[in-house]
Parts: sequence; C-alpha cells; structure tokens
Amino acid sequence: MPDAAAISVRDLRVRRGGQIVLPGIDLDVVPGLVTGLLGPSGSGKTTLMRSIVGVQVVEGGDVRVLGDAAGSPGLRRRVGYVTQAPSVYADLSVAENLRYFARVLGADGGAVADAIVAVDLSAQATQVVHTTSGGQRARVSLAAALVGRPELLVLDEPTVGLDPVLRRDLWDLFHRLAAGGATLLVSSHVMDEADRCDELILLREGRVLATGTPAAIRERTGAERLEDAFLRLIEAAG
Amino acid sequence: MTPAVTWATALRVLTQLRRDPRTIALILFVPTLLVVILRYVFDGRPETFDRVGGPMLGLFPFVSMFVVTSVTMLRERVTGTLERLMTTPLGKLDLLVGYALAFALLAAVQASVVSGVAILALGLDLAGSAGTVIGLAIANALLGMSLGLFASAFARTEFQAVQFLPALVLPQLLLCGLFVPREQMVGWLEAISAAMPLTYSYDALARATDGAPLTGRFATDVAVTVGVTLLALALGAATLRRRTP
Repeated sequence: MPDAAAISVRDLRVRRGGQIVLPGIDLDVVPGLVTGLLGPSGSGKTTLMRSIVGVQVVEGGDVRVLGDAAGSPGLRRRVGYVTQAPSVYADLSVAENLRYFARVLGADGGAVADAIVAVDLSAQATQVVHTTSGGQRARVSLAAALVGRPELLVLDEPTVGLDPVLRRDLWDLFHRLAAGGATLLVSSHVMDEADRCDELILLREGRVLATGTPAAIRERTGAERLEDAFLRLIEAAG
Repeated sequence: MTPAVTWATALRVLTQLRRDPRTIALILFVPTLLVVILRYVFDGRPETFDRVGGPMLGLFPFVSMFVVTSVTMLRERVTGTLERLMTTPLGKLDLLVGYALAFALLAAVQASVVSGVAILALGLDLAGSAGTVIGLAIANALLGMSLGLFASAFARTEFQAVQFLPALVLPQLLLCGLFVPREQMVGWLEAISAAMPLTYSYDALARATDGAPLTGRFATDVAVTVGVTLLALALGAATLRRRTP
C-alpha cells in the first residue's frame, strides 16, 4: 500500500560530515495517525525528518510525501516542519512571529488566533519571544507550523524538556490534529512517549529496528514495557 | 516571488529593527557624530569639508547596511529561521527583496538625518542637489546590503561576519578616491581600485556633490553600482539553499 502512505521512503541513503547516517532505509507512514519516530540520540531521526521535508541533501533513494517527491514546491504549503531547536524570531512577539509565518504560508488571520489557542499561549501573545521560557518558545515554534494548517506535520522532539502537564496537553493536541485528518510524524528519544503514539518506528544507528502499533511491538517481543521491547529488539538484531 | 510575502518580510524586518532601538540609534547617531568630527578636523578649510563631507553622506549607508545585513542574515541561518523559511512557499527573492525594501527605508532615513545635520548645522555646502545625494545613498545602502548578504554566507559566527567589514569594506574606502585621487595612486593600486564597486559609487557621489553637470560618466557610475548590487544579490540568492548537507 505504498500509494496510500502519507510518507514512503525507499532505500534512502544520507551521508553527513563524511559519516553514513542512513545507509538505505525503507519505511511507510500511515496517513491520519500520530506516528512516533523513536530512537536514541544519534540514530538518524533528525536526518530522516530533514530528508522527508526536503531540506537534506541525500545521496540516493526515493522519498515520496503526500504523493509527491519530497521537497517539491507543491509540498511547501502542505507540510509543516518544526526543528528541535525553536526556530522563530526572538526579537518579535509571539503574535508577530505567527502573523509573519501565516502570511508566508498564505494562511488567513484566523489561523493565527487558532494556533495561539492550540498551543495555549493566549496569555503570552504580545510578549517578545526572547522573554518567554524555553517551553513557551518551543510552542511558538510549533504554532508557527500550525498556522499553515498542514496536511503533514513533522515534529522533531517537540516535547523535550517540557513539564508533564504540558507534554500531555501537546500529545492531546497532536491527536486532535490527527482526528482532523492531519498526519503527524513525531520524534522522541524518550521511550515513555512511545505509548502516546498510534504507530511506532524504532530507529537505531540509521536502521529501522521495528514498526507497528505499541501493542503489536509488545506482543512480538513479549515485553511489558516498550523500553524492554526496544532492548529485546536490539539484542535480537545482534 | 509573491508581492504579499515580500512585503510581509519587509514589515517583519522593520518590526525587528524597531525592537532594537539601540541599533537604530547607532545607525543614525554614529555617522552624524563622524560628520561633526570631520567638520572640525577640517576647521577653517570649508572647501575640504565640502569635498570630503559631501560624498561621505552617501558612503555611510554602505558601511552600516553591510554590517547590519551580514549579521542579520547570519542570525537567520544560525537560529534555524532560514531553514524553516526554506520549507515554506517563500521564494528566495521574497526574502532578499524584503530585506532590500526595509534597509532602503532605513538608509533613506539615515542619509536624510546625516545630510540635514551636515547642511543645516555644520554648513556643508552641497553644490549639487541633496535629493540626488540621498538617492545615491540609498543605492549605496543596497550595494552594501547585497555585498553583506553574500559575505554572510562565508561566515560561521557573528565575529567572523563583523571581520568582513575591515576585510572587504575598508580597502574599498581607501582606494575609492576619497582620500587620494585615484590618478595619483601607483599603477597597480589604481588598477585594483578600478575593479572595486565602491570606486564607481564614490565617483557618482563626488560628481553629484560638486555640482558639475551629470554626464555620461555619472550614468556609467550609477549603472556599475546598480549592476554590482544585482550581481551580488544573485550570488547571495545562490548561497540560500533549500537543501543543505
């Protein structure tokens, strides 16, 4: 069913700084779900995400996103990408940042108000970003992608360092977006977030270790905790 | 290129500048102070002040905008906002022209303030038209902007970006003819100065300020200034990559 996949990666090979980061991986992401890209730091999650949104120079292979080649101009309005480090203008207010990205993405004014509410920053809307906390800044960066109402959202470690309540709220938001028809690919190096995903892709050293629902991965490995399941998969892979 | 996005970018850059009143104050105050110093350095020699001070009005924006642009564009690269923009429908020209519009406005304000002080308070005698000088100041600001943009692609840190000023701008200032007429330079220096864009924009300024009729040589000067600006912008656009290693 590669045609039905929101993202389909075939034999993707990427080299960064002389090192092979992705030696040739294949994967599919189901549309309309929250897919977790789990793996330790250095496993190639960011490189894979950069390849999917089309900002990574790749050595070979095929990456198709929403039916088009990754990075093709038609996708720039349909795909939202949030980098791990917040990428917004620190010297603009929250609302000024979002208004700018909304205009760049051709979104209407209502999208800005919706995005501010979605990430729960109404009280900080007029605050200049460099005076906000790290967690608030991460949410401004997320909101800057939400204003375009993308069909596919690629989020690189969006919940890292956030307090538990905020993390729960953000995962709720991700599922609301998926319920509204969007596809989300969310990376994390924290295994306890895996249970919040509909589907998982476990990545290690640039290779896909396993894919499937959390329940299916538990069943396959016989492990109760996903952390243990991951360990058993690593041992089994040798 | 989408006019709405270009305009949004210009407004965004102007809002960022407004948030940084110290930079605006430095851009307006420092050249004004330098003109005051120049006036009293040439105290009792008003004709020298006129000869040097007039063209200086148009050269300040070149220097200011070179620094401001190279640091701002480097910041876009380092903070990841450039990478984010490269995943959006924003065209490279939207970004570059947006910057150009914002900085041209800033240059016009700078040139007006500095010219106003020089002419009204310091008695600078501009034989040519002040409007032409301000127009050339804007052209020089855009030249500085486009060269700064191009230079920023080769800087990894803000420290390096600032060092491009002495490396790329000071030699041009020394050789443009402001300090020593070019025909009095040793041959090889004169040849080098002929290859530097600031030589032409200085020549245009010198002609515009001394009140001589603006001849074909003036048109050539302006054409070179605009041409190099467009060339540097094109090269700068080529350094903005959607895909990076």
